[in-house]
Amino acid sequence: MSGLLELRDVEAHYGPVQALRGVSLEVEEGTIVAVLGANGAGKTTTLRAISGTVRRTGELRFAGQELGRLGPEDTARLGIAHVPEGRGTFAELTVWENLRLGAYTRRGSIREDVQRVLAYFPWLDDRRHQEAGTLSGGEQQMLALARAFVARPRLLLLDEPSLGLAPVLVTEIFRIIRELNEREGLTVLVVEQNAHIALQLAATAYVLEVGRVALAGPSEELRAHESVRKSYLGY
Amino acid sequence: MATVETRPARLRRDLPQWLRALVRPVPLGLAAACVFLVVGSLLSNDFAQQTVAGLAQGTIFGSLALALVLIYRATEVINFAQGEMAMATTYVAYQLISWGLSYWEAFFATLVVAFVFGVVVQVVFIRPVQHTSVIAVVIVTVGLFILIDGLVTWKWGADLKFMPAPFGKTVYHVGGVAFAQQDLGTLLVSVLSVLLLWALFRFTKLGLAMRAAALRPASARLVGVRVDRMLAIGWGFAAVLGAVAGLMAEPAQYVLQPSLMQPILLYAFAAAVLGGLESPAGAVVGGIALGVFLNLVGQYVGFVTSELRLPFAFAVLLVVLLVKPAGLFGRARVRRV
Repeated sequence: MSGLLELRDVEAHYGPVQALRGVSLEVEEGTIVAVLGANGAGKTTTLRAISGTVRRTGELRFAGQELGRLGPEDTARLGIAHVPEGRGTFAELTVWENLRLGAYTRRGSIREDVQRVLAYFPWLDDRRHQEAGTLSGGEQQMLALARAFVARPRLLLLDEPSLGLAPVLVTEIFRIIRELNEREGLTVLVVEQNAHIALQLAATAYVLEVGRVALAGPSEELRAHESVRKSYLGY
Repeated sequence: MATVETRPARLRRDLPQWLRALVRPVPLGLAAACVFLVVGSLLSNDFAQQTVAGLAQGTIFGSLALALVLIYRATEVINFAQGEMAMATTYVAYQLISWGLSYWEAFFATLVVAFVFGVVVQVVFIRPVQHTSVIAVVIVTVGLFILIDGLVTWKWGADLKFMPAPFGKTVYHVGGVAFAQQDLGTLLVSVLSVLLLWALFRFTKLGLAMRAAALRPASARLVGVRVDRMLAIGWGFAAVLGAVAGLMAEPAQYVLQPSLMQPILLYAFAAAVLGGLESPAGAVVGGIALGVFLNLVGQYVGFVTSELRLPFAFAVLLVVLLVKPAGLFGRARVRRV
């Protein structure tokens, strides 16, 4: 089988510190894949290696294309939308301008794409002239999702969408991600500390430990796995 | 815990939405200043003349201040070479005219040259040091100041040059008030160029991408904006604005010399800080306010002779910053995370 995204022995450094020590993973088109792990395990760096915001070595293939030398501007053009930690919204710009920037790489009218996004986030329409920085944390996370989705990405990279949000909002955001996946066929690679909710959402998952893949497999199997239960699910 | 509501805040709350934004100290103060200028102009011919002359001069300060702000937002430094870049492009116009182009042909050709010049300066001199430290970039701009000054003096000499006047010497008399065509022309050209640039930033995809690249480079990259390219283009547009300021400043001083823009850069800097360094609108309003204020003070306050204009401008700046440290249009950042 060949996935939409394939990583083989990917390594990455921050200065002298090695953050990834040979990560291999695969994301099939139309699926949701979760990456779990403790702080500093390399979850965020894995996403950054894919989008090209960090230098990396190893083999990275996206839709048959080698990503190794590409920066974030180029991977965005290939259809990889990365919602980073801190959401990457443009706080000083309006909601509408954020959406327009999401569709920056698309040519022509974006009206139709915006309509599609508004179906999932109807409240954004009333706030289109509001500065993104004045939205609440949950609203900003949804705006970040909407902005990524306007680009009609082939792959969505989500970094800790639950971070700092109230449980009810986390449930709401994960519901929307699932809907985008089921109805629009959106492929998602999501990094999460909250293993409970991530394993519910994703079909397959990877567990990272100090820059390596320690475990991988279908979510149900991982949920039953003893070390995952103890370390990440807490029972 | 009960929040204490001040009386002005309570008054503001009872107003309709569209009025609420205006009932704040700065907009009210500016509105009062406008009323003062209009009433004064209706009452006194001298006052009207000085106001128009001040407006014309103020838009020159405003254009250069706006160039400083554009670069400050993108590169987070004051470009100390902005005035010298403007001066150099004015010499380009001088050269083109002496080769036989008409004034306005040379004007537009110079704007194109200025754009390329700005882009090249960013790519060659600024980009290599941009990610090292702010102080490195500042020193590079100071070096550029000296370099450009030296190159212009070497190429064209330090002696005075004369350019044809862009606007006629006609003076219009409206009800006893004399308006110089040159002042009106300067006003028109400067305001038009600022408005065009504003429209570009506000309404076009390129403008949006440039704002995104300046505000949040990392996020801009993730949506596919080529940030380095946008920053270079931003420097290009700043140089174009500077060129307009230089070309409009030249006729006001009647001669062209390498020190043309040095006092104007200081006024523009004062205007940009007055408006609140990060605010393009603030830079323009600050420039205009400074121009009008200095002209009126020169007319009516005896001891402020031309030698005292610059110190006086900075004294006013100091007082404003003591009251409002973020500048008139600078925002104290309040943001939810």
